[in-house]
Amino acid sequence: MGHEPIRSLELRGITKRFPGILACDRIDLSVGEHSVRALVGENGAGKTTLMNILMGLYQPDEGRILINGSEVRFRSPNDAFDHGIGMVHQHFMLVQNLTVAENVALGMKSAHRPLWLDLKSVRSRIIEVSERHELPVNPDALVWQLSVGEQQRVELVKTLCLGARFLILDEPTSALTPQETDELIALLQKMSRELSIVFISHKLHEVKALSDTVSILRRGRIVFEGRTEDHSPADLAALMTGHEVELPRVESGGSAPAADGRGLLSIRELRVSGDLGNLALDGVSLDVAPGEIVGLAGVSGNGQRELAEALNGLRPVVSGSIALNGAELAGRSASAAIGQGMGYIPEDRNTEGIVPSFSVRENLVLKDVGGGAWSRGGFLRLGRIAANAAELRDRFDIRCPSTDTAAGSLSGGNIQKVILARELARGPKALVAVYPTRGLDMGAEEFIHKQLLARRSEGVAILLISEELEEIMNLSDRIAVIYKGRILRIVPGRDATKRSLGLLMAGVVDE
Amino acid sequence: MSLGQFLLNVLILGVPFSVALLLAGLGETINQRAGVFNLGCEGIMAMGAFVAFLPPYFMAGTPLEGYANLIGVALAIAAGALLGVLFALVVVTFRAPQGIAGIGLQMLGWGAAGTLFRRYVGGVTGVQGIRAMPIPGLSNLPVIGPVLFNHNPLVYLAFLMVPAFWYLLFKTPWGLKVRSVGTYPRAADSLGIRVSRVRYQALALGGAMAGLAGAYLSLAQAKMFADDLIAGRGFIAVALVYFGRWNPVGVMGGALLFSLAQALQLSIQVAGIDFPYEFAVMLPYVLVIVVLSLVRKARMIGPSELGKPFDREQRI
Repeated sequence: MGHEPIRSLELRGITKRFPGILACDRIDLSVGEHSVRALVGENGAGKTTLMNILMGLYQPDEGRILINGSEVRFRSPNDAFDHGIGMVHQHFMLVQNLTVAENVALGMKSAHRPLWLDLKSVRSRIIEVSERHELPVNPDALVWQLSVGEQQRVELVKTLCLGARFLILDEPTSALTPQETDELIALLQKMSRELSIVFISHKLHEVKALSDTVSILRRGRIVFEGRTEDHSPADLAALMTGHEVELPRVESGGSAPAADGRGLLSIRELRVSGDLGNLALDGVSLDVAPGEIVGLAGVSGNGQRELAEALNGLRPVVSGSIALNGAELAGRSASAAIGQGMGYIPEDRNTEGIVPSFSVRENLVLKDVGGGAWSRGGFLRLGRIAANAAELRDRFDIRCPSTDTAAGSLSGGNIQKVILARELARGPKALVAVYPTRGLDMGAEEFIHKQLLARRSEGVAILLISEELEEIMNLSDRIAVIYKGRILRIVPGRDATKRSLGLLMAGVVDE
Repeated sequence: MSLGQFLLNVLILGVPFSVALLLAGLGETINQRAGVFNLGCEGIMAMGAFVAFLPPYFMAGTPLEGYANLIGVALAIAAGALLGVLFALVVVTFRAPQGIAGIGLQMLGWGAAGTLFRRYVGGVTGVQGIRAMPIPGLSNLPVIGPVLFNHNPLVYLAFLMVPAFWYLLFKTPWGLKVRSVGTYPRAADSLGIRVSRVRYQALALGGAMAGLAGAYLSLAQAKMFADDLIAGRGFIAVALVYFGRWNPVGVMGGALLFSLAQALQLSIQVAGIDFPYEFAVMLPYVLVIVVLSLVRKARMIGPSELGKPFDREQRI
């Protein structure tokens, strides 16, 4: 410490280049005391880079940082901590196999005695901070045993324990359930009376709820600054993407499955084990008709992942049946599912959806590379593969320097488009989409929603698994709510409200 | 010979056998906790064994003879630390793949030690080495005395280092930094901890321990130097770290298990028991393979970023 509190913080002309990318382009930003500034922009707009510069994690190529009018240089996060700046990163910066107290101690240099670690003082600091800000945490819990919401609290407590008076929050709600998000917003509103907050987000209703002023970044530049209350979410969305955004909605007739009651994709009494040997799915039955989107709502960890994996032959089935167009898939392999026309947009796009080190064009043919279309006599038909990639790149608006670029180097939205292109170009009969827009910006979200609706009108049976209630309500003909491995209820999409779904997701069934 | 006497012999033989594995394993534990596995351990041990052997060999008969062992041990520790830093330069600063770099270091240490030995020393020559130092009183206890308290000082030191390393790893700020940079370096970095520096320190300490383990082999166990003195112990030490769940106490257990198996096979041969000795020689190694395959996956215990270089500006 030893520095006076921050009354004003200014960034002037900050420029940062990464190989091939201008991440920040002469950015000016100033934040005053006791205010909440929202920093809004699509993925890859440069928000996180800018904040990492402010934390001393990256060094800017050009530009200056001024605190209370005098220039400072941050060479490491320690310098930022000394000035009372703290950041909660989007990907939690918590060491999983340490306790909460140990994670806090890592940054609390006052606890670092020459020959021992003063965990006692760390613990009492944690308890002091957590009581003061009503953030209950258990200092002795191991981080990996905590839920995502609890880990978020630990991150906040950690940052406050390190003396932060100026808080940077990088997409703090991206992994939270709707209830947890509401709680966090309320908490931050309370905290903003004592602290200054920079809030990075692309969820505009949160920006509206929390911030006093908003800055919009697009392609590394500030394109707009103003008071939040003067602008509607639609205005902000247009400024953020550079064009009008209107998330599409399904025009549902509430079509029920075919007359015999069995859909194109028909799941009966499915039981599947989870990773820990528990019964993750306990008798799930669900039908998806051709040309229907069924939304599966639920707090993540209630069996969604296991269901998606079982449907795609990636997880053994204990009992029950999965029929796609009459063919039994339960207990068969992933290639059987693929062969029957199952499409899959997996939860973790970077590790399950693509091979990151393979090029875009290789990823686009990965599922059929053994077939005659892409190979002959043990050799790849490289010309066809390249032509296929060029076509899909245009059709799905995949933004990449070349289709030879490693897929893993693309932004999240473009990686998702690569996956979508591969799955949809195969002409699937059914599609399982798991959190398809998680962490994506509005432009990419809009594109993916439109694609899903287009497939629906072509007669594909789509199971949409999501935690975003708005997404589910916008797109689904029917909505099933999963809780602890069981389907609690199935409601027509047009009858669902956020409140009723929220209650069901929490396991409350009111008869 | 009675069965009791036979088993006692196995124990008396096994405890000192475990020391080289234990010292190298403790060092490797620190390396791996910091996120770097050093397959070059074997090579560092060879270098340590060689340089430790030099002072007693050349100082024999001089007035400094009494200090020769101590100087040798110090040299081995210094050489080990130096090689550890060299390895850090390659895998931390230049981010070379750790497996290949480790094999390179192993061959470098082994080859250099052997070549220098032939150039400056030549044939097989013994040295007086480090003598046993029975602990007064305790060494006269039945069974426990000869098994635990009738060895050379390095044996006692090695076993005292087990709690010391445990404390270092789990109770000191440095240990916390080591564990964090091996599990989630990005988080450590975000809290102002210099990941590279901690990894350098860990590799230097790990190298020093491997050097000391080599010195133990040439000065206390074999009392000579030869090309193949290390005989794969460096690799066994790396395996023992997995076996011991990256915990000094577990590593000690593994080192004892392995060396007792080795002592058992030696005793079987010496006692002239009718058992094909080739199988007996294989026994400890088979044991390591079996145990390693049975050990459960170390989810959420060990260093999950083991083997991965850290680059702050690499975008996820």
